[in-house]
Amino acid sequence: MNELWTYVSSRPTDAGWLGWLIPTTLQALAVLLTLLVAQAFLMYFDRKVWAAVQMRKGPNVVGPFGLLQSFADLFKFVFKEMIIPAGANKPLFIIAPILTFVLALVGWAVIPVGPGMVGADINVGILYLFAISSLGVYGIIIGGWASNSKYPFLGSLRSAAQMVSYEVSIGFVIITVLLLVGSLNLTDIVESQSRGSGMLNWHFIPLFPMFVVFFISALAETNRPPFDLPEAESELVAGYQVEYSSTLFLMFMIGELANIVLMCAMLTLLFFGGWHAPISGTPLDNLPVFWFGLKIVFFFFMFAMVKAIVPRYRYDQLMRIGWKIFLPLSLVWVVLVSGTLLAFPDIADHFHSWRS
Amino acid sequence: MSFAAFSFYLFSAVVIASAVMVISSRNPIYSVMFLIAAFIGAAGLFILMGAEYLAMLLIVVYVGAVAVLFLFVVMMLDVDFVELSQGFGQYAPIGGAIAVVIIVELVFVVAAWTFPAEAELARAHPIPTAGQVVADPNGPNNIESLGLILYTEYVHYFQIAGLILLVAMIGAIVLTFRTRDGIRKQDPADQVARRREAAVELKKVKTGQGI
Repeated sequence: MNELWTYVSSRPTDAGWLGWLIPTTLQALAVLLTLLVAQAFLMYFDRKVWAAVQMRKGPNVVGPFGLLQSFADLFKFVFKEMIIPAGANKPLFIIAPILTFVLALVGWAVIPVGPGMVGADINVGILYLFAISSLGVYGIIIGGWASNSKYPFLGSLRSAAQMVSYEVSIGFVIITVLLLVGSLNLTDIVESQSRGSGMLNWHFIPLFPMFVVFFISALAETNRPPFDLPEAESELVAGYQVEYSSTLFLMFMIGELANIVLMCAMLTLLFFGGWHAPISGTPLDNLPVFWFGLKIVFFFFMFAMVKAIVPRYRYDQLMRIGWKIFLPLSLVWVVLVSGTLLAFPDIADHFHSWRS
Repeated sequence: MSFAAFSFYLFSAVVIASAVMVISSRNPIYSVMFLIAAFIGAAGLFILMGAEYLAMLLIVVYVGAVAVLFLFVVMMLDVDFVELSQGFGQYAPIGGAIAVVIIVELVFVVAAWTFPAEAELARAHPIPTAGQVVADPNGPNNIESLGLILYTEYVHYFQIAGLILLVAMIGAIVLTFRTRDGIRKQDPADQVARRREAAVELKKVKTGQGI
């Protein structure tokens, strides 16, 4: 697999445009196809977990154990008639779901799934991810506004306020991780978490409170329950998606799911050692992509369980947690971590030892 | 034409075209959209110059936060642009005069422009592109070199800028903050601290009598 990837990602400099374009396209296709197929099964997994918690069976009709349910849903959405409301702003109405879908997928360009297996190994990888996730709000605002209807607009306003609020604490959590690592490159962030003692070196141990803050902020950032107020069906019918149908609705769905998987990947990279095995120095180290995928599925399972177990928050409670608890807490941790690294050079050397 | 040159012309065209559309489109929402497109084009230009940190910061701060609030406000306001543009002819002479003054000033500035020796030197040794920066792992990268300058030579300016922002933030809060009497507020700590004994009282009710 590594050889295949290296072959695909080798970019001969003397071959001109095409020599750059063709490998890059192949690489992107490889990542996207894997991601989209994986998402179909993650969706099924999500529904099964949810059903199990509620003592239901979940999807079990299409294919063996209902495994093909997501594909059946896909075809159902695609073959339905697309309805665009008469009062809607047509170009923006169509652009909004496309934007959500595309922005959720472009983040994967910088995610390293294994050593060297990354589309673009850029210096500011984590900042790029942060920028992409902060752009995700546009799909929702534009969709809500272009629908030209009350409930979608209210939903999109809620969503915009919510996502902008929680981005602040996500930013500070990322800064605490960066202080420990000393680099914004995602490969470096993963490599800094392997100092020979397996999962004891992962950042979720020294930064446990920040790990919890990031997890909860990720729930709010992706509009997952218990923070799914933009689409609170009891008040807003379905929020910004009310007027959407057919393929456009499908794009919102896939985009949202891809955002969740992207957040799981960020949790894995920042706090759970990326592609490293939990116990180092064993043959288990030879399965980097497997470990990366397993950790993503683990976090996705956590997301699904939270969705199944926790009741929805009220909007003022949501804002209170974001601004009055997470923001001061993460700010204090930034000061605490940087102060500790300054005051105790031994600790700083320990955390920065990956550089040598 | 190399790929870098093609990207440069593409991004420049996007920036200029969307900047024109910002001021010429009739729908204010479209204006904000084109503003976002201009920001993203400018971020692309930054990346071409090898300043990837500034590019990402531009997207995070301007596109991710400032433009969202713009969009927010523009969507909420019910601006009637037919009404707004009615007095347009009245102000055209003043606006035209200001435009002429600015153009003249710009011409003066550009005409008197001399390149310092450092700039000529830098031009002789082109800025490494993002690809080359990545290829050289030992050199200080973008963020490191920015930090080295910002926190040593320009630390006072940096601090002053921070203080100005702090004052502006406090000022905005002070100006808009108002306390209203007679409003029932929630105290979450109080709510969480409430116990069953304090909240529920059990009464033995005799049949047929009520409380």
